[in-house]
Amino acid sequence: MTADVHNLCLGDIHVGQSLPPLEHEVTATTVVLGAMASRDWRPMHHDRDFAINRNGARDIFLNTPNQAAWLERLITDWSGPKGRLGAMRFQMKTSVYPGDRMRLTGKVTEISPTEWGYGWVAMELAIHVGSRQATSCQASVAIAVDQHNNPWLSPIRLEKVSM
Amino acid sequence: MLEIIPEAVKALIGKPLHHEDSEIVVESGYIYNTCAAVQNGNPLFWDEAVSNSISGGKIAPPTMLSTWFRPHHWRPGSEEECTPLQAHFDLKRWLQLPEAIISDNELRFGEPVRLGDRLHSYQVIRSISDIKQTKLGRGRFWVIDVVYENQDGEYVGTDSYTALGYVRNEG
Repeated sequence: MTADVHNLCLGDIHVGQSLPPLEHEVTATTVVLGAMASRDWRPMHHDRDFAINRNGARDIFLNTPNQAAWLERLITDWSGPKGRLGAMRFQMKTSVYPGDRMRLTGKVTEISPTEWGYGWVAMELAIHVGSRQATSCQASVAIAVDQHNNPWLSPIRLEKVSM
Repeated sequence: MLEIIPEAVKALIGKPLHHEDSEIVVESGYIYNTCAAVQNGNPLFWDEAVSNSISGGKIAPPTMLSTWFRPHHWRPGSEEECTPLQAHFDLKRWLQLPEAIISDNELRFGEPVRLGDRLHSYQVIRSISDIKQTKLGRGRFWVIDVVYENQDGEYVGTDSYTALGYVRNEG
């Protein structure tokens, strides 16, 4: 394995711990790249005229799978590649538009050890634009108990996931 | 907009609908595009040695589940734009709600999606609300689950959408 890959273990994490925040200046390119990568061809994600005049939106806006991808990145930038997402739920309250500077944040809310060498780490995440919370999210990621365990090679029991 | 949900629509709630195999096989191009779009440098998706060591080979980011099922925008022989999440568009049409937005999304992940997988999915309408007045307009919320399996019948995840179908407010 590449030597500089860092992975968190369960002992490195505590309830109330904050994830390192992630900031990004959203442009039309951000929106269109995300939509095209997720094969989302709907016009409100690339056609400004459609977004404004048909949808009543301010501009084109980030699509759902792209928001999920940003939130996934926030989590695994912190956990390292051994972190295995179990579940994610998010509510889009307002849209994220070109010109917005989005700030993604997260905080650990619960740690639930399992018998399979990992624990489920539940967290509250959010995407803010200025003081406005555009998206709120709850997620759960499997984190290895120690460096000898690996959630990707363990049975995943989603019924144990809490968010 | 229909003021009453037709019995034929109510009868479909909870039933598996729209079984389909993905048009595209899980492949690197879209994985790289997705990671590039959010500047995700997770070595699971970029470094073969890391992915071999951790996940037993290259896998797709879990949140890409729905990507594999969005149809081509056009294909030979198609006479109209192909639409994903067909049950959502069915409900728009059946309930005569011309506009819709997705308000909530819940994802659950099972077996990892691997390069070369061809996934299978089906959709389940979980619920349809009473008529609501919202800031966008008057309409109904509905919840649709999309359940995904791989070619071996293993569960790989569920994508659950809450949508608002509506008629825009006047003015």
